[in-house]
Amino acid sequence: MSNAQAVGDLVSQPYKYGFVTDIETEKIAKGLSEDVVRLISSKKEEPSFLLDFRLRAYKQWLQMSEPDWAALGYPPIDYQDVVYYAAPKQQQKKASLDEVDPKLLETFDKLGIPLSEQKRLSNVAVDAVFDSVSIATTYKEKLAEHGVIFCSISEAVKEHPELIERYLGTVVPSNDNYFAALNSAVFSDGSFVFIPKGVECPMELSTYFRINSGDTGQFERTLIVAEEGASVSYLEGCTAPMFDTNQLHAAVVELVALDDASIKYSTVQNWYAGDENGVGGIYNFVTKRGQCRGDRSKISWTQVETGSAITWKYPSCVLQGADSVGEFYSVALTNNKQQADTGTKMIHVGPRTRSTIVSKGISAGRSANSYRGLVQIGPKAVGARNYSQCDSMLIGDQAAANTYPYIRSQQPQASVEHEASTCRISEDQLFYLQSRGIGFEEAVSMMVSGFCRDVFNQLPMEFAAEADKLLALKLEGSVG
Amino acid sequence: MIRPDAPVLLEIRDLHARVEDKAILKGVNLTIRAGEIHAVMGRNGSGKSTLSKVLAGHPAYTVTGGSVTYRGENLLELDPEQRARIGVFLGFQYPVEIPGVSNLEFLRVSTNSRRAEKGEEELDTFAFEDLVRERLKVVQMDPAFLDRSVNEGFSGGEKKRNEILQMALLEPLVAILDETDSGLDIDALRIVAGGVNQLANADNATLLITHYQRLLDAITPDYVHVMAAGRILRTGGKELALELEQRGYDWVDQELAALAAEVA
Repeated sequence: MSNAQAVGDLVSQPYKYGFVTDIETEKIAKGLSEDVVRLISSKKEEPSFLLDFRLRAYKQWLQMSEPDWAALGYPPIDYQDVVYYAAPKQQQKKASLDEVDPKLLETFDKLGIPLSEQKRLSNVAVDAVFDSVSIATTYKEKLAEHGVIFCSISEAVKEHPELIERYLGTVVPSNDNYFAALNSAVFSDGSFVFIPKGVECPMELSTYFRINSGDTGQFERTLIVAEEGASVSYLEGCTAPMFDTNQLHAAVVELVALDDASIKYSTVQNWYAGDENGVGGIYNFVTKRGQCRGDRSKISWTQVETGSAITWKYPSCVLQGADSVGEFYSVALTNNKQQADTGTKMIHVGPRTRSTIVSKGISAGRSANSYRGLVQIGPKAVGARNYSQCDSMLIGDQAAANTYPYIRSQQPQASVEHEASTCRISEDQLFYLQSRGIGFEEAVSMMVSGFCRDVFNQLPMEFAAEADKLLALKLEGSVG
Repeated sequence: MIRPDAPVLLEIRDLHARVEDKAILKGVNLTIRAGEIHAVMGRNGSGKSTLSKVLAGHPAYTVTGGSVTYRGENLLELDPEQRARIGVFLGFQYPVEIPGVSNLEFLRVSTNSRRAEKGEEELDTFAFEDLVRERLKVVQMDPAFLDRSVNEGFSGGEKKRNEILQMALLEPLVAILDETDSGLDIDALRIVAGGVNQLANADNATLLITHYQRLLDAITPDYVHVMAAGRILRTGGKELALELEQRGYDWVDQELAALAAEVA
């Protein structure tokens, strides 16, 4: 077998999480209208401020059009052909895990996210979201002892409406963009995290999103608030079954950091990516933004994007507080016919704000991988600094990598640096490693993980090895 | 050291090979026994670098005829990594840079793959560090090079030292050194040659591929082979290299022409 073929085979591993859980689901009819928005809100027994928020967003969405500036190509999405709410039939969230449908627990077991008391991860609290609802959150009591609130956003709406009203939509306004407006109108579930003043969250928090239904969109909404001096590390994971249709995923994540607070948000995204001909897979249109509202606050995004047919995602930081810090570390891997247009925005508002961007794109097969980033320095951001590094790795000769860096500075005393590189795994590099006794697959994965090291180092320890493995798996059979 | 009773390590018989559509090797014969140092000399394009790549299993070269036997085993049917594991080593003329891959980790994985083949236990990070620090002395290399990416930003001399360090760790039975002297200054040449001399023993063999006599001033070969037009034209002792140095390669052309006339 030639090297080219061997590397090709190496990237095309079957998707491990493509199974469907057979469970009775309550779905509303397909399509979107004001009635549907009202129906979702009433199913969730929401207070009127939230219904108003949704209706306003829906009206804004109707006025907007889908963005077309990204380097992505896909057939038009029929928004009337999507189910906007689906939930496993056991409506109410159960007080104890014993009451949760065992099929659901089994599903998460299979995904490597055991929820039951005996098996759950020892130092990670997990909120498990299945289609439109959160089915369980572990370690809630233990976290509550520290004053940390970690629950589904639906639950937070009921238990802590004042916090939701105070923060929801303040970082990503409902009319921010087409997909954010859609999400604001129909969002179903997601996680809510609140770390009170001075508290360092005692464990990793994690939400695991699972899309199960074939025709359902997932519109999750996550809100994380860290008060003065608080800190938290949060991780999000995602998978979906293999369908030959495309599922829509339009999430919104908002982070708020007050004075001296720090939020670390990590994502390992492994939605179904479609098959080798580009049939099926998730359309992932996500708005993630963090606001460093307080002085000396810090928000750090780390993402490992390996799945989805289409990725449209730009986790951003608004650096408002003086001396606040924003970071973005990203690995985006595309294979077969996947398309990714991803990057970040660093908006420097306050003085002496700093940001770091490290982006690693790996394109294999016939995929297209674009980095798109904006560094904006406002007039008051005296002494602001940014460093950006965008590296692309091409595997094979049919993949594409693009970099679109935008820099806008209105502040003469700011410094902005941008470095970019493109490399290819060459036959000579592979031969060199092989001629030292290192097998072909190991040689490829050594080079890929070497390429991604700067980003993997940012992941919480428990997940760094996982990400490394995931990448190796995704690349299996691809170099060529 | 020549011992007629020493076991044969590598036996090359009538080897033919091409790259793309171009035939390069046209019937190479060479027998290498344990304890011997061989030098293959020849001008650019004579096929000597191709010979080294073919022996190591580079995918761009296709063997079209002949055989290569390594300790009784058909070498040509093995993957490059397997050849390395059983003790065939190629020191590259131009070692490639591999950004992001730590030199130390690379050396460790590589060494362990050879040890596993020999039935030796795998070395963990600590045990390996001890070993590598000891072997660094062979090439007088600064331990700081271990923390860098493989060959990245190394000077020509540092890359060659890193090659010999790999050889010191892998302990091959047949080491093929392709133009190891190219791009080296006098001091670096002395260190690299010193390393090769230290590693040569009665159980292994070295095949030096070189253009110039100067490497052979530092490493004394038992046999010198002159290669031209894809074949070994003449074989002799170390004095053959001196003769080449004096008379230049033009003389080789004359012999080739004479040979061609004979055939015709």
